[in-house]
Amino acid sequence: MESLSKRAKVLTKKPMTLAERAYLPAIFQGLSITMQHFFRAATKKQVTIRYPEETRPFSPVFRGLHVLKRDEAGRERCTACGLCAVACPAEAITMVAGERKKGEENLYREEKYAVSYEINMLRCIFCGLCEEACPKAAVYLQADKMAPPRFERDEFIYGKDRLVEPVTPDNRSKRGIQLTPEQADKLRSQLA
Amino acid sequence: MDFPPLAWQGLVVLVVFGVSLLIATYSTYAERVIAAFLQDRVGPDRAGPFGLLQPLADAVKLFTKEEFFPAGANRALFVFGPCLAMVTALMSSAVIPFGNVLQFGETAIHLQGIEINVGMLYVFGMVSLGVYGIMIGGWASNNKFSLLGAIRAASQNISYEIAMGLALIAVLMMSGTLSLREITFQQVSDAPFVWQDIFNWNVMKQPLGFIIFIVCAFAETNRTPFDLPECETELIGGYHTEYSSMKMGLYLFAEYINVFVASAVMSVLYFGGFNFPFQAELRNWLVSSQGLELVTAQNIITILGLVGLFAKIFSFIFFFMWVRWTLPRFRYDQLMRLGWTILIPLAIFNIMLTGGLITFGVIK
Repeated sequence: MESLSKRAKVLTKKPMTLAERAYLPAIFQGLSITMQHFFRAATKKQVTIRYPEETRPFSPVFRGLHVLKRDEAGRERCTACGLCAVACPAEAITMVAGERKKGEENLYREEKYAVSYEINMLRCIFCGLCEEACPKAAVYLQADKMAPPRFERDEFIYGKDRLVEPVTPDNRSKRGIQLTPEQADKLRSQLA
Repeated sequence: MDFPPLAWQGLVVLVVFGVSLLIATYSTYAERVIAAFLQDRVGPDRAGPFGLLQPLADAVKLFTKEEFFPAGANRALFVFGPCLAMVTALMSSAVIPFGNVLQFGETAIHLQGIEINVGMLYVFGMVSLGVYGIMIGGWASNNKFSLLGAIRAASQNISYEIAMGLALIAVLMMSGTLSLREITFQQVSDAPFVWQDIFNWNVMKQPLGFIIFIVCAFAETNRTPFDLPECETELIGGYHTEYSSMKMGLYLFAEYINVFVASAVMSVLYFGGFNFPFQAELRNWLVSSQGLELVTAQNIITILGLVGLFAKIFSFIFFFMWVRWTLPRFRYDQLMRLGWTILIPLAIFNIMLTGGLITFGVIK
Protein backbone atom coordinates (compact mmCIF):
# COMPACT_ATOMS: atom_id res chain seq x y z
CA MET A 1 0.00 0.00 0.00
CA GLU A 2 1.21 3.46 -0.84
CA SER A 3 1.93 5.44 2.30
CA LEU A 4 -0.07 8.61 2.92
CA SER A 5 2.88 10.60 4.19
CA LYS A 6 6.54 10.33 3.35
CA ARG A 7 7.51 9.98 7.00
CA ALA A 8 6.92 6.25 7.25
CA LYS A 9 9.99 4.40 8.52
CA VAL A 10 10.85 0.96 7.30
CA LEU A 11 11.73 -1.20 10.29
CA THR A 12 14.02 -4.15 9.90
CA LYS A 13 14.39 -6.70 12.65
CA LYS A 14 18.12 -7.17 12.86
CA PRO A 15 19.60 -9.98 14.96
CA MET A 16 20.93 -8.65 18.24
CA THR A 17 24.63 -8.09 18.67
CA LEU A 18 26.55 -9.86 21.39
CA ALA A 19 26.56 -6.72 23.56
CA GLU A 20 22.79 -6.50 23.27
CA ARG A 21 22.31 -10.16 24.07
CA ALA A 22 24.63 -9.95 27.07
CA TYR A 23 22.04 -7.56 28.52
CA LEU A 24 24.42 -6.07 31.06
CA PRO A 25 25.41 -2.95 29.04
CA ALA A 26 21.75 -2.03 28.70
CA ILE A 27 21.27 -2.50 32.43
CA PHE A 28 24.18 -0.20 33.23
CA GLN A 29 22.81 2.37 30.80
CA GLY A 30 19.48 2.28 32.60
CA LEU A 31 21.17 2.47 36.00
CA SER A 32 23.11 5.56 34.94
CA ILE A 33 19.91 7.25 33.80
CA THR A 34 18.16 6.66 37.12
CA MET A 35 21.28 7.78 38.98
CA GLN A 36 21.22 11.08 37.08
CA HIS A 37 17.65 11.53 38.25
CA PHE A 38 18.71 10.64 41.80
CA PHE A 39 21.29 13.41 41.92
CA ARG A 40 18.96 15.85 40.21
CA ALA A 41 16.36 15.22 42.90
CA ALA A 42 18.94 15.32 45.69
CA THR A 43 20.63 18.55 44.61
CA LYS A 44 18.17 20.66 42.65
CA LYS A 45 14.62 21.49 43.59
CA GLN A 46 12.11 18.71 43.08
CA VAL A 47 8.98 19.29 41.06
CA THR A 48 6.86 18.35 44.08
CA ILE A 49 4.89 21.16 45.72
CA ARG A 50 4.65 20.42 49.46
CA TYR A 51 1.01 21.38 49.69
CA PRO A 52 0.14 22.86 53.08
CA GLU A 53 3.37 24.87 53.21
CA GLU A 54 3.58 25.68 49.50
CA THR A 55 0.66 26.30 47.22
CA ARG A 56 0.53 26.26 43.47
CA PRO A 57 -0.20 29.80 42.19
CA PHE A 58 -3.77 30.26 40.98
CA SER A 59 -4.55 31.72 37.58
CA PRO A 60 -5.84 35.31 37.87
CA VAL A 61 -9.07 34.23 36.15
CA PHE A 62 -9.61 31.31 38.53
CA ARG A 63 -13.20 31.14 39.83
CA GLY A 64 -13.14 30.14 43.47
CA LEU A 65 -15.10 31.00 46.60
CA HIS A 66 -17.74 33.74 46.31
CA VAL A 67 -17.53 37.10 48.03
CA LEU A 68 -20.22 39.72 48.65
CA LYS A 69 -18.62 43.12 48.14
CA ARG A 70 -19.00 46.30 50.16
CA ASP A 71 -18.81 49.82 48.74
CA GLU A 72 -16.42 52.65 49.57
CA ALA A 73 -18.38 53.53 52.75
CA GLY A 74 -18.45 49.94 53.99
CA ARG A 75 -22.09 49.32 52.99
CA GLU A 76 -23.27 46.06 51.45
CA ARG A 77 -23.72 46.39 47.70
CA CYS A 78 -26.27 43.60 47.30
CA THR A 79 -29.83 44.74 46.78
CA ALA A 80 -31.37 41.26 46.73
CA CYS A 81 -32.71 41.62 43.20
CA GLY A 82 -32.41 37.84 42.69
CA LEU A 83 -30.81 38.04 39.23
CA CYS A 84 -27.89 35.90 40.39
CA ALA A 85 -30.27 33.24 41.66
CA VAL A 86 -32.12 33.30 38.34
CA ALA A 87 -28.87 33.11 36.36
CA CYS A 88 -27.54 30.27 38.45
CA PRO A 89 -27.70 27.05 36.38
CA ALA A 90 -27.18 24.89 39.45
CA GLU A 91 -29.79 26.68 41.57
CA ALA A 92 -27.30 27.10 44.36
CA ILE A 93 -28.28 30.61 45.47
CA THR A 94 -31.21 31.44 47.74
CA MET A 95 -31.94 34.79 49.33
CA VAL A 96 -34.55 36.62 51.42
CA ALA A 97 -35.05 40.30 50.64
CA GLY A 98 -35.86 42.93 53.24
CA GLU A 99 -36.52 46.70 53.33
CA ARG A 100 -33.91 48.99 54.76
CA LYS A 101 -35.13 50.73 57.93
CA LYS A 102 -34.33 54.27 58.98
CA GLY A 103 -30.92 54.45 60.57
CA GLU A 104 -29.55 51.55 58.56
CA GLU A 105 -28.25 53.73 55.71
CA ASN A 106 -24.68 53.13 56.84
CA LEU A 107 -25.16 49.33 56.54
CA TYR A 108 -26.87 48.88 53.17
CA ARG A 109 -26.27 50.81 49.98
CA GLU A 110 -29.75 50.42 48.46
CA GLU A 111 -33.21 50.68 49.98
CA LYS A 112 -33.67 46.93 49.62
CA TYR A 113 -31.13 44.45 50.95
CA ALA A 114 -30.58 40.73 51.46
CA VAL A 115 -31.67 39.66 54.95
CA SER A 116 -30.19 36.26 54.22
CA TYR A 117 -28.06 35.21 51.27
CA GLU A 118 -27.01 31.57 51.02
CA ILE A 119 -24.91 29.71 48.47
CA ASN A 120 -24.78 25.93 48.59
CA MET A 121 -21.18 25.14 47.68
CA LEU A 122 -22.04 21.50 46.96
CA ARG A 123 -24.48 22.59 44.25
CA CYS A 124 -22.41 25.46 42.88
CA ILE A 125 -20.48 24.65 39.71
CA PHE A 126 -18.36 27.84 39.91
CA CYS A 127 -19.38 28.96 36.42
CA GLY A 128 -19.38 32.65 37.30
CA LEU A 129 -22.79 33.44 35.77
CA CYS A 130 -23.91 35.11 39.04
CA GLU A 131 -20.94 37.44 38.73
CA GLU A 132 -21.99 38.36 35.19
CA ALA A 133 -25.67 38.75 36.11
CA CYS A 134 -25.15 41.09 39.08
CA PRO A 135 -26.15 44.70 38.20
CA LYS A 136 -24.68 46.11 41.43
CA ALA A 137 -21.19 44.56 41.15
CA ALA A 138 -21.88 42.84 44.46
CA VAL A 139 -21.02 39.17 43.96
CA TYR A 140 -17.64 37.93 42.71
CA LEU A 141 -15.81 34.65 42.57
CA GLN A 142 -12.38 35.07 44.18
CA ALA A 143 -9.25 33.88 42.39
CA ASP A 144 -7.28 33.05 45.52
CA LYS A 145 -9.73 31.15 47.73
CA MET A 146 -11.51 27.84 47.40
CA ALA A 147 -14.36 26.23 49.31
CA PRO A 148 -12.43 23.89 51.61
CA PRO A 149 -13.53 20.28 52.26
CA ARG A 150 -15.67 19.73 55.36
CA PHE A 151 -17.17 16.83 57.23
CA GLU A 152 -20.85 17.89 57.36
CA ARG A 153 -23.12 18.69 54.46
CA ASP A 154 -24.77 21.69 56.13
CA GLU A 155 -21.38 23.30 56.60
CA PHE A 156 -21.24 23.77 52.84
CA ILE A 157 -24.19 26.19 52.89
CA TYR A 158 -22.41 29.51 53.12
CA GLY A 159 -24.46 32.35 54.67
CA LYS A 160 -23.78 36.04 54.81
CA ASP A 161 -21.49 35.54 57.81
CA ARG A 162 -18.97 33.79 55.58
CA LEU A 163 -19.66 35.52 52.25
CA VAL A 164 -19.66 39.27 53.01
CA GLU A 165 -16.19 40.74 52.92
CA PRO A 166 -14.80 42.59 55.98
CA VAL A 167 -15.32 46.35 56.34
CA THR A 168 -11.67 47.15 56.98
CA PRO A 169 -10.02 48.21 53.72
CA ASP A 170 -6.95 46.02 54.14
CA ASN A 171 -8.85 42.74 54.50
CA ARG A 172 -11.06 43.20 51.47
CA SER A 173 -11.16 40.83 48.54
CA LYS A 174 -8.93 41.55 45.57
CA ARG A 175 -11.77 40.93 43.12
CA GLY A 176 -14.39 43.47 42.01
CA ILE A 177 -14.35 47.25 42.40
CA GLN A 178 -11.42 48.29 44.58
CA LEU A 179 -11.16 51.27 46.92
CA THR A 180 -8.98 54.18 45.84
CA PRO A 181 -6.26 55.13 48.39
CA GLU A 182 -8.24 58.24 49.42
CA GLN A 183 -11.40 56.22 49.98
CA ALA A 184 -9.45 53.68 51.99
CA ASP A 185 -7.93 56.40 54.18
CA LYS A 186 -11.32 57.98 54.73
CA LEU A 187 -12.84 54.64 55.71
CA ARG A 188 -9.98 53.92 58.05
CA SER A 189 -10.45 57.22 59.83
CA GLN A 190 -14.21 56.55 60.14
CA LEU A 191 -13.59 53.14 61.65
CA ALA A 192 -11.02 54.40 64.11
CA MET B 1 32.32 -7.68 87.02
CA ASP B 2 33.11 -11.16 85.84
CA PHE B 3 31.42 -11.91 82.58
CA PRO B 4 31.65 -15.45 81.24
CA PRO B 5 32.70 -15.51 77.56
CA LEU B 6 29.38 -17.05 76.54
CA ALA B 7 27.52 -14.06 77.99
CA TRP B 8 29.51 -11.70 75.76
CA GLN B 9 28.68 -13.90 72.78
CA GLY B 10 24.99 -13.85 73.78
CA LEU B 11 25.16 -10.07 73.93
CA VAL B 12 26.69 -9.96 70.45
CA VAL B 13 23.89 -12.21 69.17
CA LEU B 14 21.32 -9.87 70.70
CA VAL B 15 22.99 -6.85 69.11
CA VAL B 16 23.10 -8.57 65.71
CA PHE B 17 19.39 -9.39 66.09
CA GLY B 18 18.56 -5.80 67.00
CA VAL B 19 20.70 -4.34 64.24
CA SER B 20 19.11 -6.64 61.64
CA LEU B 21 15.65 -5.48 62.73
CA LEU B 22 16.71 -1.83 62.78
CA ILE B 23 18.22 -2.05 59.31
CA ALA B 24 15.10 -3.80 58.00
CA THR B 25 12.94 -1.06 59.54
CA TYR B 26 14.91 1.71 57.99
CA SER B 27 15.19 -0.17 54.69
CA THR B 28 11.47 0.45 54.23
CA TYR B 29 12.10 4.17 54.69
CA ALA B 30 15.21 4.12 52.49
CA GLU B 31 13.35 2.25 49.79
CA ARG B 32 10.66 4.93 49.66
CA VAL B 33 13.09 7.85 49.70
CA ILE B 34 15.37 6.30 47.08
CA ALA B 35 12.39 5.46 44.89
CA ALA B 36 11.22 9.04 45.22
CA PHE B 37 14.62 10.50 44.40
CA LEU B 38 15.06 8.24 41.38
CA GLN B 39 11.70 9.50 40.13
CA ASP B 40 12.37 13.22 40.89
CA ARG B 41 10.00 13.17 43.84
CA VAL B 42 10.36 13.99 47.54
CA GLY B 43 9.31 10.85 49.37
CA PRO B 44 8.03 10.61 52.95
CA ASP B 45 8.98 13.80 54.79
CA ARG B 46 6.05 14.38 57.16
CA ALA B 47 6.77 12.21 60.22
CA GLY B 48 9.64 13.78 62.12
CA PRO B 49 12.68 15.47 60.56
CA PHE B 50 13.05 14.24 56.95
CA GLY B 51 10.29 11.72 57.70
CA LEU B 52 12.66 9.68 59.85
CA LEU B 53 9.83 8.55 62.14
CA GLN B 54 7.91 7.09 59.19
CA PRO B 55 8.87 3.45 59.97
CA LEU B 56 7.52 3.95 63.50
CA ALA B 57 4.22 5.20 62.14
CA ASP B 58 4.10 2.27 59.71
CA ALA B 59 4.72 -0.18 62.55
CA VAL B 60 1.91 1.32 64.63
CA LYS B 61 -0.36 1.12 61.60
CA LEU B 62 0.52 -2.52 60.91
CA PHE B 63 0.04 -3.55 64.54
CA THR B 64 -3.38 -1.92 64.82
CA LYS B 65 -4.80 -3.29 61.56
CA GLU B 66 -7.41 -6.03 61.60
CA GLU B 67 -6.16 -9.63 61.83
CA PHE B 68 -7.83 -11.27 58.88
CA PHE B 69 -8.21 -15.01 58.22
CA PRO B 70 -9.63 -15.94 54.80
CA ALA B 71 -12.42 -18.52 54.64
CA GLY B 72 -11.12 -22.05 54.21
CA ALA B 73 -7.60 -21.11 55.23
CA ASN B 74 -5.56 -23.44 57.37
CA ARG B 75 -5.30 -21.19 60.42
CA ALA B 76 -2.27 -22.81 62.01
CA LEU B 77 -0.19 -22.82 58.82
CA PHE B 78 -1.47 -19.36 57.92
CA VAL B 79 0.16 -18.02 61.09
CA PHE B 80 3.18 -20.33 60.82
CA GLY B 81 4.16 -19.13 57.32
CA PRO B 82 5.20 -15.54 58.13
CA CYS B 83 6.79 -16.68 61.41
CA LEU B 84 8.97 -19.16 59.55
CA ALA B 85 9.93 -16.57 56.93
CA MET B 86 10.94 -14.12 59.66
CA VAL B 87 12.80 -16.65 61.82
CA THR B 88 14.88 -18.06 58.98
CA ALA B 89 15.70 -14.57 57.73
CA LEU B 90 16.90 -13.51 61.18
CA MET B 91 18.83 -16.72 61.80
CA SER B 92 20.97 -16.41 58.71
CA SER B 93 22.72 -13.27 59.95
CA ALA B 94 24.12 -15.16 62.96
CA VAL B 95 27.28 -16.45 61.23
CA ILE B 96 28.23 -13.24 59.43
CA PRO B 97 31.58 -11.95 60.76
CA PHE B 98 30.79 -8.30 61.30
CA GLY B 99 34.22 -7.53 62.68
CA ASN B 100 37.46 -8.85 64.03
CA VAL B 101 38.13 -9.44 67.73
CA LEU B 102 37.84 -6.67 70.31
CA GLN B 103 40.34 -7.25 73.13
CA PHE B 104 39.62 -5.74 76.56
CA GLY B 105 42.18 -7.11 78.99
CA GLU B 106 41.34 -10.75 79.39
CA THR B 107 38.02 -10.73 77.54
CA ALA B 108 38.01 -11.11 73.77
CA ILE B 109 34.77 -10.26 72.03
CA HIS B 110 34.28 -11.77 68.59
CA LEU B 111 32.06 -9.45 66.58
CA GLN B 112 30.17 -12.38 65.14
CA GLY B 113 27.10 -14.21 66.42
CA ILE B 114 28.51 -17.72 66.23
CA GLU B 115 31.68 -18.90 64.56
CA ILE B 116 31.16 -22.25 62.82
CA ASN B 117 33.47 -23.73 60.25
CA VAL B 118 30.61 -24.41 57.79
CA GLY B 119 29.23 -20.86 57.96
CA MET B 120 28.58 -20.57 54.25
CA LEU B 121 26.60 -23.84 54.17
CA TYR B 122 24.60 -22.61 57.17
CA VAL B 123 23.65 -19.39 55.36
CA PHE B 124 22.64 -21.37 52.30
CA GLY B 125 20.57 -23.76 54.38
CA MET B 126 18.74 -20.91 56.10
CA VAL B 127 18.08 -19.09 52.83
CA SER B 128 16.67 -22.31 51.35
CA LEU B 129 14.45 -22.80 54.40
CA GLY B 130 13.12 -19.24 53.92
CA VAL B 131 11.21 -20.30 50.84
CA TYR B 132 9.16 -22.66 53.03
CA GLY B 133 7.71 -19.64 54.80
CA ILE B 134 6.51 -18.29 51.47
CA MET B 135 5.31 -21.73 50.31
CA ILE B 136 3.37 -22.46 53.49
CA GLY B 137 1.85 -18.97 53.62
CA GLY B 138 0.81 -19.07 49.98
CA TRP B 139 -0.67 -22.55 50.27
CA ALA B 140 -2.49 -21.93 53.56
CA SER B 141 -4.23 -18.82 52.19
CA ASN B 142 -6.63 -20.94 50.11
CA ASN B 143 -6.29 -18.48 47.23
CA LYS B 144 -5.17 -19.30 43.72
CA PHE B 145 -3.12 -16.13 43.36
CA SER B 146 -1.28 -16.86 46.58
CA LEU B 147 -0.65 -20.44 45.49
CA LEU B 148 0.67 -19.27 42.11
CA GLY B 149 2.99 -16.82 43.84
CA ALA B 150 4.19 -19.50 46.22
CA ILE B 151 4.88 -21.98 43.41
CA ARG B 152 6.76 -19.32 41.50
CA ALA B 153 8.82 -18.49 44.57
CA ALA B 154 9.70 -22.14 45.11
CA SER B 155 10.69 -22.91 41.53
CA GLN B 156 12.60 -19.63 41.19
CA ASN B 157 14.55 -20.16 44.39
CA ILE B 158 15.44 -23.74 43.50
CA SER B 159 16.58 -22.73 40.01
CA TYR B 160 18.75 -19.87 41.15
CA GLU B 161 20.18 -21.63 44.16
CA ILE B 162 21.97 -23.99 41.77
CA ALA B 163 23.70 -21.19 39.89
CA MET B 164 24.43 -19.41 43.17
CA GLY B 165 25.98 -22.52 44.67
CA LEU B 166 28.07 -23.12 41.55
CA ALA B 167 29.31 -19.52 41.63
CA LEU B 168 30.21 -20.02 45.25
CA ILE B 169 32.13 -23.24 44.54
CA ALA B 170 34.65 -21.20 42.54
CA VAL B 171 35.28 -19.04 45.63
CA LEU B 172 35.55 -22.11 47.82
CA MET B 173 38.07 -23.66 45.44
CA MET B 174 40.32 -20.69 46.08
CA SER B 175 39.70 -20.38 49.80
CA GLY B 176 39.57 -24.04 50.73
CA THR B 177 37.27 -23.30 53.67
CA LEU B 178 33.57 -22.71 54.29
CA SER B 179 34.16 -20.49 57.32
CA LEU B 180 33.20 -16.90 56.53
CA ARG B 181 35.77 -15.60 59.02
CA GLU B 182 38.54 -17.59 57.33
CA ILE B 183 37.44 -16.36 53.89
CA THR B 184 37.60 -12.79 55.22
CA PHE B 185 41.11 -13.24 56.58
CA GLN B 186 42.29 -14.72 53.30
CA GLN B 187 41.38 -11.50 51.52
CA VAL B 188 44.19 -9.61 53.27
CA SER B 189 47.48 -9.69 51.46
CA ASP B 190 51.01 -8.36 51.83
CA ALA B 191 51.57 -7.77 48.14
CA PRO B 192 53.98 -4.89 47.60
CA PHE B 193 51.85 -2.35 45.79
CA VAL B 194 49.56 0.41 46.92
CA TRP B 195 46.07 -0.93 46.34
CA GLN B 196 47.05 -4.36 47.56
CA ASP B 197 44.09 -4.82 49.82
CA ILE B 198 41.47 -4.07 47.21
CA PHE B 199 43.24 -6.19 44.60
CA ASN B 200 43.16 -9.11 46.95
CA TRP B 201 39.40 -9.01 47.33
CA ASN B 202 37.69 -11.97 45.77
CA VAL B 203 35.73 -9.78 43.37
CA MET B 204 39.01 -9.09 41.57
CA LYS B 205 39.69 -12.79 41.15
CA GLN B 206 36.11 -13.86 40.53
CA PRO B 207 34.38 -11.08 38.52
CA LEU B 208 32.20 -13.50 36.58
CA GLY B 209 31.36 -15.45 39.70
CA PHE B 210 30.40 -12.23 41.45
CA ILE B 211 28.04 -11.19 38.65
CA ILE B 212 26.38 -14.63 38.73
CA PHE B 213 26.17 -14.46 42.51
CA ILE B 214 24.58 -11.00 42.62
CA VAL B 215 22.02 -11.90 39.95
CA CYS B 216 21.10 -15.01 41.94
CA ALA B 217 20.99 -12.96 45.14
CA PHE B 218 18.38 -10.73 43.50
CA ALA B 219 16.36 -13.82 42.61
CA GLU B 220 16.78 -15.42 46.04
CA THR B 221 15.52 -12.34 47.87
CA ASN B 222 12.56 -11.98 45.46
CA ARG B 223 13.58 -8.47 44.48
CA THR B 224 12.91 -6.77 41.15
CA PRO B 225 13.64 -7.74 38.36
CA PHE B 226 12.91 -11.20 39.80
CA ASP B 227 9.97 -10.34 42.04
CA LEU B 228 7.64 -12.75 40.31
CA PRO B 229 6.33 -14.28 43.56
CA GLU B 230 4.88 -10.89 44.51
CA CYS B 231 4.19 -9.48 41.09
CA GLU B 232 1.40 -7.07 42.00
CA THR B 233 0.27 -6.51 38.41
CA GLU B 234 -0.36 -10.19 37.68
CA LEU B 235 -0.88 -11.88 41.02
CA ILE B 236 -2.33 -8.97 43.08
CA GLY B 237 0.27 -9.54 45.80
CA GLY B 238 1.40 -13.10 45.21
CA TYR B 239 1.90 -15.17 48.31
CA HIS B 240 0.90 -12.36 50.70
CA THR B 241 -2.37 -11.45 48.94
CA GLU B 242 -4.50 -12.65 51.86
CA TYR B 243 -2.25 -11.34 54.61
CA SER B 244 -3.01 -8.29 56.71
CA SER B 245 -1.71 -6.59 59.83
CA MET B 246 1.64 -7.64 61.29
CA LYS B 247 1.63 -11.03 59.53
CA MET B 248 1.94 -9.05 56.31
CA GLY B 249 4.53 -6.89 58.04
CA LEU B 250 6.59 -9.97 58.92
CA TYR B 251 6.72 -11.00 55.27
CA LEU B 252 7.84 -7.53 54.20
CA PHE B 253 10.36 -7.43 57.04
CA ALA B 254 11.71 -10.86 56.14
CA GLU B 255 12.33 -9.64 52.61
CA TYR B 256 14.35 -6.65 53.83
CA ILE B 257 16.30 -8.76 56.30
CA ASN B 258 17.08 -11.16 53.46
CA VAL B 259 18.34 -8.21 51.42
CA PHE B 260 20.52 -7.18 54.36
CA VAL B 261 21.89 -10.72 54.78
CA ALA B 262 22.50 -11.11 51.04
CA SER B 263 24.37 -7.78 51.06
CA ALA B 264 26.41 -8.88 54.06
CA VAL B 265 27.27 -12.24 52.47
CA MET B 266 28.34 -10.55 49.24
CA SER B 267 30.47 -8.04 51.17
CA VAL B 268 32.15 -10.85 53.08
CA LEU B 269 32.64 -13.26 50.19
CA TYR B 270 33.65 -10.86 47.46
CA PHE B 271 34.47 -7.47 48.96
CA GLY B 272 36.85 -8.33 51.73
CA GLY B 273 34.44 -8.36 54.68
CA PHE B 274 35.74 -6.16 57.48
CA ASN B 275 39.05 -5.54 55.74
CA PHE B 276 39.65 -2.09 54.35
CA PRO B 277 42.53 -0.58 52.37
CA PHE B 278 45.65 0.50 54.27
CA GLN B 279 44.60 -1.16 57.52
CA ALA B 280 48.07 -2.60 58.17
CA GLU B 281 49.72 0.76 57.45
CA LEU B 282 47.21 2.52 59.69
CA ARG B 283 47.88 0.07 62.54
CA ASN B 284 51.64 0.46 62.19
CA TRP B 285 51.28 4.23 62.13
CA LEU B 286 49.09 4.18 65.26
CA VAL B 287 51.66 2.07 67.09
CA SER B 288 54.85 3.74 65.90
CA SER B 289 54.04 7.45 65.67
CA GLN B 290 51.03 7.76 68.03
CA GLY B 291 52.53 5.57 70.73
CA LEU B 292 49.45 3.38 71.20
CA GLU B 293 49.67 -0.18 72.43
CA LEU B 294 49.24 -2.87 69.82
CA VAL B 295 45.99 -4.08 71.42
CA THR B 296 44.44 -0.62 71.38
CA ALA B 297 45.53 -0.03 67.81
CA GLN B 298 44.04 -3.38 66.80
CA ASN B 299 40.77 -2.47 68.56
CA ILE B 300 40.60 0.80 66.62
CA ILE B 301 41.22 -1.11 63.38
CA THR B 302 38.47 -3.58 64.35
CA ILE B 303 35.94 -0.82 64.92
CA LEU B 304 36.89 0.90 61.67
CA GLY B 305 36.54 -2.47 59.93
CA LEU B 306 33.05 -2.86 61.41
CA VAL B 307 32.12 0.58 60.05
CA GLY B 308 33.69 -0.35 56.71
CA LEU B 309 31.71 -3.59 56.46
CA PHE B 310 28.48 -1.74 57.18
CA ALA B 311 29.38 0.84 54.54
CA LYS B 312 29.77 -2.02 52.04
CA ILE B 313 26.48 -3.57 53.18
CA PHE B 314 24.63 -0.28 52.84
CA SER B 315 26.04 0.29 49.35
CA PHE B 316 24.74 -3.14 48.38
CA ILE B 317 21.32 -2.42 49.89
CA PHE B 318 21.30 0.84 47.95
CA PHE B 319 22.22 -1.09 44.81
CA PHE B 320 19.32 -3.49 45.41
CA MET B 321 16.92 -0.54 45.62
CA TRP B 322 18.53 1.29 42.73
CA VAL B 323 18.03 -1.75 40.49
CA ARG B 324 14.46 -2.18 41.72
CA TRP B 325 13.47 1.27 40.51
CA THR B 326 15.34 0.93 37.22
CA LEU B 327 14.54 -2.45 35.72
CA PRO B 328 11.15 -3.90 34.83
CA ARG B 329 10.17 -7.42 35.86
CA PHE B 330 11.19 -10.46 33.82
CA ARG B 331 8.60 -12.65 32.18
CA TYR B 332 8.43 -16.06 33.79
CA ASP B 333 9.85 -18.00 30.84
CA GLN B 334 12.65 -15.43 30.50
CA LEU B 335 13.45 -15.90 34.16
CA MET B 336 13.68 -19.67 33.81
CA ARG B 337 15.71 -19.44 30.61
CA LEU B 338 18.15 -17.03 32.22
CA GLY B 339 18.56 -19.29 35.22
CA TRP B 340 18.90 -22.67 33.54
CA THR B 341 20.42 -21.99 30.12
CA ILE B 342 22.65 -19.00 30.85
CA LEU B 343 23.65 -18.68 34.49
CA ILE B 344 24.24 -22.37 35.24
CA PRO B 345 26.47 -22.99 32.17
CA LEU B 346 28.30 -19.74 32.90
CA ALA B 347 28.84 -20.81 36.49
CA ILE B 348 30.17 -24.19 35.39
CA PHE B 349 32.50 -22.44 32.93
CA ASN B 350 33.64 -20.21 35.78
CA ILE B 351 34.46 -23.27 37.89
CA MET B 352 36.52 -24.78 35.07
CA LEU B 353 38.27 -21.46 34.48
CA THR B 354 39.08 -21.12 38.17
CA GLY B 355 40.30 -24.71 38.30
CA GLY B 356 42.57 -24.12 35.31
CA LEU B 357 43.96 -20.90 36.75
CA ILE B 358 44.63 -22.59 40.08
CA THR B 359 46.31 -25.53 38.35
CA PHE B 360 48.62 -23.24 36.41
CA GLY B 361 49.28 -21.16 39.47
CA VAL B 362 47.89 -17.84 38.20
CA ILE B 363 45.73 -17.42 41.32
CA LYS B 364 45.80 -19.34 44.52
